[in-house]
Amino acid sequence: MTRFILQRLAFGAVVLLVLSSFVFFLFFVAPGDPARMIAGDKATEAQLQQIRTNLGVDRPMIEQYATFIGRAVQGDLGYSYRNRQPVAEIIVRRIPATLSLVIGAVVLWLAIGIPIGLMSARHPGSLRDRLGQAFILVGLSFPTFVLGMMSLYLLYFLPKQAGFTLFPAGGYKAFSRDPLIWAWHLALPWTTLALTMAAFYARLTRGQMLDVMGEDYIRTARAKGLSERKVVWKHGMRAALTPLVTQLGADIALLLGGAIVIEQVYGLQGVGALAVQAVNNQDRPIIIGVVLLGGLFIVTANIVVDLFYVLLDPRIR
Amino acid sequence: MTGTGAPTGEEDGAVVQRGSLDLTLRRLTRDRAAMVALAVIVLVVAMAIFAPVFASLTGHSPITQFRDTGLSPMGIPVGPNAEFWLGADQLGRDVLVRLAYGARVSLLVGVLAACCASAIAVIVGTTAGFFGGWVDLALSRLIDLVMSVPFLLCALALVSVLGPSLMLSVSVIVFFSWAAMARVIRGQVISLSRQEFVQASRSLGAGPLSIMVVDILPNLTVPIIVYTTMMIPSAIVFEATLSFLGMGIVPPTPSWGGMLADASSNSLYLVAWWMVFFPGTALLMTTLAFNIFGDSLRDALDPKSLRTARRLKRDRKGAAK
Repeated sequence: MTRFILQRLAFGAVVLLVLSSFVFFLFFVAPGDPARMIAGDKATEAQLQQIRTNLGVDRPMIEQYATFIGRAVQGDLGYSYRNRQPVAEIIVRRIPATLSLVIGAVVLWLAIGIPIGLMSARHPGSLRDRLGQAFILVGLSFPTFVLGMMSLYLLYFLPKQAGFTLFPAGGYKAFSRDPLIWAWHLALPWTTLALTMAAFYARLTRGQMLDVMGEDYIRTARAKGLSERKVVWKHGMRAALTPLVTQLGADIALLLGGAIVIEQVYGLQGVGALAVQAVNNQDRPIIIGVVLLGGLFIVTANIVVDLFYVLLDPRIR
Repeated sequence: MTGTGAPTGEEDGAVVQRGSLDLTLRRLTRDRAAMVALAVIVLVVAMAIFAPVFASLTGHSPITQFRDTGLSPMGIPVGPNAEFWLGADQLGRDVLVRLAYGARVSLLVGVLAACCASAIAVIVGTTAGFFGGWVDLALSRLIDLVMSVPFLLCALALVSVLGPSLMLSVSVIVFFSWAAMARVIRGQVISLSRQEFVQASRSLGAGPLSIMVVDILPNLTVPIIVYTTMMIPSAIVFEATLSFLGMGIVPPTPSWGGMLADASSNSLYLVAWWMVFFPGTALLMTTLAFNIFGDSLRDALDPKSLRTARRLKRDRKGAAK
């Protein structure tokens, strides 16, 4: 057990190391001078040289990387090229918006996706199954930003033209100030994200449930004379939904690292929007920070999911 | 036997021998959803091929700006009319012509990326599954590694450094899409290489390469075809997302994602709905068609599948009446 955990932790560390060296060395081959970016066009060569020395970018590549890793482990990700603020601070400020978006969307997409998948799998071939499958196919095919723009047009713009405000156009309002306003502003982003994800979870649930219901132990449970309801809920569901945990862990981690598209469409100032802004501004320390944070989330989620499995499924131990 | 009542080539009582390709095609052509999806795909392909025809028909090139006729005096793009059939965009360019040229980008990127990714997946998956041992361990870890990378963030970082281009978009999509399929192929190869026919081949003196290509690869045809088809819509959406974020195809070259980005900037689409409706619908219909066709293809290739069984049963019932 300890060995298993240590293995997972070691692999997680390797992933982060590979990721960090990927982004770090990527910016070394990149054209562009960070000193020029900070000082602007009017700076003299002496000033530029001073900035380079301060940043440490005139030292050998390997040495810089070692310094960077040493500081990153302590949570120091350097300073933004744009406004000289600490990267870690800038990112932390963006987390509430992304976290709010993801939490609400997760609840919604599980509440939509799992029942549709179950309904579909419980009556294979029926009209309900075909409706479920249609939902799955359409949901899987809808690009998030198209769905987002369409719902903004239909639910924000058209009502507004008619003279009343049904939903706001987006933006993030802090939960601590007013939970109702917070939820109202996030309603459209939640639904948009949840609908596209729900299709995926419905398909997963349907497939799992169809597999599980064909297993021998389900036949045994039926032969014992259990009611169909009990067979499905007690014996079927548990086995069918366990694999969803893996997917859920991965998806939550991926989105926490920045729900880039949704944040962009709805103007939410989250981590994903920060990444896009940093890319447009060529603010490299922030890009590196956001990518590393995203990697950290995924690695952590993988380990948590593995541990969860060990607890849930004694066969793995 | 048939739904249409037309003779299908088999005479009363005569037993016709059919190959598996023939059977698959028959199952596929009887699937109405698959045929509609195929029609949509053919339509999009035709639109891409005949894009210059749209340009000459309307007299608008995809990148020419018609600031006099395409924009209102206040600078707002004009809606669908006799000159601009699907309206104009924020620079007075023809949405219809751009849509047709954008189909080229979407299809090219989608098909190219899906084929490259599946080629890599087959090579990596087969090698890992067949050789096992440390080769498998190393390649499996590599797959895990690629799958635990925040791919959109990395793609953005990569494009921001190297500068957006068509080839870079394709490479980025390929790099982040092969891993899941490689894992599936690996699993299939492991179970296949334990089968008797592989041992028979080995005892006849076949080398590893020969066994992989001659014995194992043909057995992977179905998952390869299905997965590649399913990868096309994801690649199309991935490209559109990159272009939407301004990191894909370089303007002014038209691409559906880029057109949607134009519509989204300054929330222009709120006053010019055609700028989002047409490219959005085109994108949705294309991915939907590929997804439906992929699903049906999987069912048609797998005679044991539920839907095929049901359809056969229904057909038999129909024949009995």
